[in-house]
Amino acid sequence: MVLIGAIGLFLLVQAIPSLALDNANFLFSREWSTGDVTNMRYGILDLFLVTVVSAAFALLIAMPVALGIALFLTQYAPRRLARPFAYVIDLLAAVPSIIFGLWGLFVLGPVLTPLGEWLISSLGFIPLFAKGNVSIALGGTIFTAGIVLAVMILPIITAVSREVFDRTPGPHIEGAIALGATKWEVVRTTVLPFGKAGYVSASMLGLGRALGETIALTIILSATGSSFGWSLFDGGATFASKIALAAPEFNDPKSAGAYIAAGLVLFVLTFVVNAAARTIVAGHKEYE
Amino acid sequence: MAKRIDVKDLNLFYGKFHAVQQVSLSVPPRNVTAFIGPSGCGKSTVLRSLNRMHEVAPGARVEGTVQLDGEDIYASTVDPVQVRRTIGMVFQRPNPFPTMSIRDNVVAGLKLAGVKNKKQLDEVAERSLRGANLWNEVKDRMDRPGGGLSGGQQQRLCIARAIAVQPDVLLMDEPCSALDPISTLAIEDLITELKKEYTIVIVTHNMQQAARVSDQTAFFNLLGVGQPGQLIEVDDTEKIFSNPTQKATEDYISGRFG
Ligand SMILES: Nc1ncnc2c1ncn2[C@@H]1O[C@H](COP(=O)(O)OP(=O)(O)O)[C@@H](O)[C@H]1O
Ligand SMILES: [Mg+2]
Repeated sequence: MVLIGAIGLFLLVQAIPSLALDNANFLFSREWSTGDVTNMRYGILDLFLVTVVSAAFALLIAMPVALGIALFLTQYAPRRLARPFAYVIDLLAAVPSIIFGLWGLFVLGPVLTPLGEWLISSLGFIPLFAKGNVSIALGGTIFTAGIVLAVMILPIITAVSREVFDRTPGPHIEGAIALGATKWEVVRTTVLPFGKAGYVSASMLGLGRALGETIALTIILSATGSSFGWSLFDGGATFASKIALAAPEFNDPKSAGAYIAAGLVLFVLTFVVNAAARTIVAGHKEYE
Repeated sequence: MAKRIDVKDLNLFYGKFHAVQQVSLSVPPRNVTAFIGPSGCGKSTVLRSLNRMHEVAPGARVEGTVQLDGEDIYASTVDPVQVRRTIGMVFQRPNPFPTMSIRDNVVAGLKLAGVKNKKQLDEVAERSLRGANLWNEVKDRMDRPGGGLSGGQQQRLCIARAIAVQPDVLLMDEPCSALDPISTLAIEDLITELKKEYTIVIVTHNMQQAARVSDQTAFFNLLGVGQPGQLIEVDDTEKIFSNPTQKATEDYISGRFG
């Protein structure tokens, strides 16, 4: 806790002088130009939106998949099958992010292009599926990035959920079976209510990772001159990827401060996500 | 509707382990039968074979027949889920569903059976809680979680949950072993009342309890470690406690009493 406070304070102290030099609205501007330190104009709105949308999209995919896998492994799969399968999922967590980034850009991106084109042509009237501001053929879209992120956070959500589901008290399960519950009804009346809080906090952990993921997104997301238009097929940058790409600018404390300010917002964002997860879990304690 | 149970040549296994050997006994309707015997002799195992809970354990296997009013519950056409809906079970440790309210706990079985009508569910909840002598204690907090009750109340909640579906038979596995003496008496009184409507089989390690609540007693024993448990004798409770035919029964009963 003290450490977290100290880090927050460090970021704040470094950021304040640069914020004073910002000629644009820091929270609501979509511009980002810090090259000329005498006239810096930068705002985080686009970074914020791209970060949140890609992470949320990733979570939307990963949550149900992880839930399905965790339930399958703990409730349905025979032990012989469950062990190796769980091991493979855990192994995914050990793959370095840079590998995920390369895989996303060179393998997944091209594979997803036809799907993306189909979505744009048939569901393009929905802003999320509208034609984006980068070339879809290159695959460097939020769509690709979100799916890669989903794969990256899948192991942690699955592993934690699996552990929680496995800990469903035997007597509750027996109670449900004795009442004439089918397998699925046992899951619904005992395993899910018991594991819900753990599953949600596991997902929030995953969300935290997705929000902060740097290398993979730096590689995948195509840079774009235009601002985020609410489409999954837009490119852009997240807080983390923007900061990572800006390393050459860090020699000047004024422009470095701008990035630190952006980092501070990311820091607060992940903090809020964590606090939300804690509140959700605490809300469920009463019943345990 | 209370039904009779007829068990014939029952052998029960956990994987390769032969847990119970060659049990045959009958339980008449509206009767309380107590299973007594030393720990590990297979009382719970036999009890759990009566509502097809035995097979829930990995590798568990059943040989022999169990009939409910003449119908074999192990026939290949019978769905175990349906069997469990007509034979209620109460466990050693009270196990209300902790995330459900008291009301939802009581009607959980009915909801599984597809009953949705709120008025009907409320009526059943009240009737079952009255039947379990718990209504007066919980009627003002039906929406509170069932986990918040005392141990004795939780066990009566579990009994209410079991009788809410109006089962043919009620199985109880040491229902009082986790309870204080006052709650134990409350449950024993309840069993005597429930006997008017249900066929009841109760496992107990407490011989006074068997003598107090049961009409018929079955004594199980273990010939040695690793050997299967056996039914030594089954007879009217009065006879078992005053004049058993088997020496082992007499030893066990007098040993515990003396
Ligand atoms: N799930 C199980 N798997 C393997 N063996 C079991 C299981 N449950 C009980 N047993 C064994 O079966 C025997 C009878 O157990 P149980 O029916 O619980 O006895 P009791 O209820 O009379 O104390 C014991 O040797 C016990 O270790
Ligand atoms: Mg037992």
